[in-house]
Amino acid sequence: MEIAYTVQPRPDTGVYNAKLGMWLFLASEVMLFGGLFSAYVFLRMGAPPDTWPQGWLSVPLGTLNTLLLAASAVTTLLAWAACKARRFDRFKLHLGLTLILGTVFLGIKGYEYRDKLMHYEVQLKDGRIADGHLVRARTTSDTVVLQGRWVSDRRELLDGRRAPRTHEELVLPRDQIARMQNYAPRHNTFLAIYFTLTGLHGLHVLGGLVVFAYLWGPGSRLWHVDPEHFTNRVEVAGLFWHFVDLVWIFLFPVLYLT
Amino acid sequence: MKEELSGEALYRATVARCRTVLWVVAAVTLCMVGAAYAPLPQPELRVGLILAAAAFNAFLVAGHLMHLLRERNVIYSLLAFTVLFFAALMGLCVWAHGDVPLPARG
Repeated sequence: MEIAYTVQPRPDTGVYNAKLGMWLFLASEVMLFGGLFSAYVFLRMGAPPDTWPQGWLSVPLGTLNTLLLAASAVTTLLAWAACKARRFDRFKLHLGLTLILGTVFLGIKGYEYRDKLMHYEVQLKDGRIADGHLVRARTTSDTVVLQGRWVSDRRELLDGRRAPRTHEELVLPRDQIARMQNYAPRHNTFLAIYFTLTGLHGLHVLGGLVVFAYLWGPGSRLWHVDPEHFTNRVEVAGLFWHFVDLVWIFLFPVLYLT
Repeated sequence: MKEELSGEALYRATVARCRTVLWVVAAVTLCMVGAAYAPLPQPELRVGLILAAAAFNAFLVAGHLMHLLRERNVIYSLLAFTVLFFAALMGLCVWAHGDVPLPARG
């Protein structure tokens, strides 16, 4: 049985079914991310003065990722336009570029996650606090080695923009350590909402890439059978990708710049 | 989307539009980063500027790349509901933040 309105628009809605379905899905996605954004607003507004971290994330990397995702949104649209122009070679080129840009985006995000997960705050029994990145190669069963700095008060760690650029090597005997925690979601509220928001967004990027990889590879066989139907599939997948870009357009300033 | 164009003409028009959108989005993003470091008198002003720039970028992506500037009424109706719910969600946050319990009467 043939599925109706995969190519031609439905007379009552004016659009083909997959497009309306995608917009309905995106509407539900707005509510999903909206709920998390409102959670962020709640946490941020409810935080006592001078307790919300600033400058903990790399603005250059966040900016680069914003530009990468914007460029990938453009190449997605060009892939659709190439289908409309019946230029399959250009479609392959543009969607291939989208795949590369999206993969680089995820790679950079992964690097940022790794940076956070290797970053430790260590409180010693004498009250001093060491903060820095774990030097795994030099850490032994007796000592923990960090590349970082000493602080006397945790509040000094809140503003990452004032942190010194030069770090020293800190050798910490394990028997002197009272508490040791990396910058994982459990570290504080900011990191919890940061990992939640960017993690969910990253899963969406990954999902989009899987769909694009299918359309670029085995799914492109449909082009030779029904190019209009295939073009519509590219358009619907592109709508999802643009939404993913839209979410990042707000995530970047909210998490990295404000 | 540009129904009056088709084939190669549509492709060329899309390339030109995409080029413009990409440059503007990049420029606005860099301005946003600049505003984050600018010595502005009030932090609220900085946040407002940054979010306004983000909203402008979102308008460009949604309007031009998602073709929302020339979409069917059924899509607009659907999105109107979404915007309403989203605004209510954010309004609840602001309302709840100002809803501080009164001190108990002793």
